[in-house]
Amino acid sequence: MIVADKNKIAEMAENLTGLDAVDGRSLWADARRRFMHNKAAVVSLVILTLIVLFSFIGPYFAVWSNEEIDWAVMGSAATLGMPSFETGHFFGTDDLGRDIYSRVIQGTQISLMVGVVGAFIAVSVGTLYGAVAGYVGGRTDQIMMRIVDILMAIPFMFVLILMLVVFGRSIGMLFIGIGLLAWLDMSRIVRGQTLSIKNKEFIEAARATGVSGFKIITRHIVPNLLGVVAVYATLLVPGMILTESFISFLGLGVQEPNTSWGALISEGAGTIRYDTEWQLLFPLAFFVVSLFCFYFIGDGLRDALDPKDR
Amino acid sequence: MLNYVIKRIAIAIPTMLILIILSFLLMHAAPGGPFTSERPLPPQVLANIEAKYGLDQPLWRQMVNYVWGVVTQFDFGPSFKYKDRTVNEIIAQGFPITLKYGFWSFVFAIGVGIPLGAIAAIRKNTWIDYLAVGVSIGAQVLPNFVMAPLLVITFTLWLGWLPGGGWNGGSIEYLIMPVIALSTSYMASIARITRSSMLEVLNSNFIRTAKAKGLPGRTILLRHALKPSLLPVISYLGPAFVGLITGSVVIDIYFSTGGMGYFFVNSATNRDYSVMMGITILVGFLTIMFSLVVDMLYAWIDPKIRY
Repeated sequence: MIVADKNKIAEMAENLTGLDAVDGRSLWADARRRFMHNKAAVVSLVILTLIVLFSFIGPYFAVWSNEEIDWAVMGSAATLGMPSFETGHFFGTDDLGRDIYSRVIQGTQISLMVGVVGAFIAVSVGTLYGAVAGYVGGRTDQIMMRIVDILMAIPFMFVLILMLVVFGRSIGMLFIGIGLLAWLDMSRIVRGQTLSIKNKEFIEAARATGVSGFKIITRHIVPNLLGVVAVYATLLVPGMILTESFISFLGLGVQEPNTSWGALISEGAGTIRYDTEWQLLFPLAFFVVSLFCFYFIGDGLRDALDPKDR
Repeated sequence: MLNYVIKRIAIAIPTMLILIILSFLLMHAAPGGPFTSERPLPPQVLANIEAKYGLDQPLWRQMVNYVWGVVTQFDFGPSFKYKDRTVNEIIAQGFPITLKYGFWSFVFAIGVGIPLGAIAAIRKNTWIDYLAVGVSIGAQVLPNFVMAPLLVITFTLWLGWLPGGGWNGGSIEYLIMPVIALSTSYMASIARITRSSMLEVLNSNFIRTAKAKGLPGRTILLRHALKPSLLPVISYLGPAFVGLITGSVVIDIYFSTGGMGYFFVNSATNRDYSVMMGITILVGFLTIMFSLVVDMLYAWIDPKIRY
């Protein structure tokens, strides 16, 4: 007898439709799952979030603002300016009586801002340049990439300092200079990716329906590059922060009354002979921990998004 | 190979010209001339001085003169701030110092980085591997300007072993801290690159074959594994060189070693454009020459690359 149990068939059918209804996981959901399995990256993300929160909430707990000067401490920071809760200088003061706690908060804000904005400029310019070069191809591509080769051979830190001296030392100039210096790597990576995407069917379909070249780049190619771009953007941020700190350490970057991690480390490093090591160690700790976090998050993102390692 | 060399030089020349022209134009875009001071000079005097330095000529003429002087005789002109010195004299004073600790930093970065990475790869997942990986991760966030004060705190203020700055003709105790501060992060990068490329090579088929035919471990490593795993390291040498030469600025400032970086930052704060330009162009020239050498080394070592 092959008369099947009707109920059973219905049940099987149910199961089948049930199977069909399993939600497909998108690229981003997959990536999030993989990222969450990377403990170092998750911990880094938490710490970094705390640091960012601290830079915004911290001022409400500060006893001294970054503009006030503690006249009682001025000139004798080594004996009176040490970190303590009683004086309200949680991280101590410098020799001018300025509160390191408030200045570290200010420096954190500025350094993170330079990092993020610089990376944003570099990513935008690099992505567009690389995508155009890769998509157009041929002689245009060769010329554009040769220009990148030539620019890459120039020691940019020196040119950047030259620019800062010539056009004046402002944060805006620093953003532009650092951003313009870092887009080169980005453009190479993006070009490579574009070359592999541009022969896919959906691009062909778009071209066949008469979409303009520029629109194909911005609507179809760039969104498909986002994974790679996100990874390198995360790795660019600490690079930007390092560059800014380097220049500020030389006294050529962020100017008073503003400050940044590099400027604070520079001040701290200049005064270690006077027994005020807290002036160096607090900004240094913030700097080192944040950079660590950025690198681990970048690595985590790369593992999560890079199709090669799947 | 010869074609490749010619092609590389053909790129290097326009690069150099672009660098020279770019820095020249930047300098001329600056508001205020080199002789603008708080107490304005009488117009007659100013005109005479400008004539002396050739600043009264049209811009293109000045540029051609400058480029010509640099290209044909390595003449960077007079310093605008130290009236009795030329840029060449300043470079001649600072460059040997930079060269000395720069050279030792390079040697240290390669000489420690490659063995460390190689040992870490060979003894994978042992304490020495963890040590190497830990050091290379740590050194990523310890750039020269962080290393320098930390070294001074430890070895000068705390232990009192080494002098905290100065040069003294480059004797060894004055050399140690600049070299370590400058090279640590590059040493770590080289170790990391060596480790990962060596791991890849050790897992490849030709190494398995070498093992299968019974070669001793030492021969496998030195004869077969080392050369291919050094290729990524060689391509990193170019960026490392740029990093070292850029970092020397921090070393000169922090340790008062008196190399080129000191004059560079000094002239940046004094707006002594000709010195800044001279140093920028010299550094650019060195960088381009170095990357030329590295590329040729690469082409020579890697049998797969044919041009």
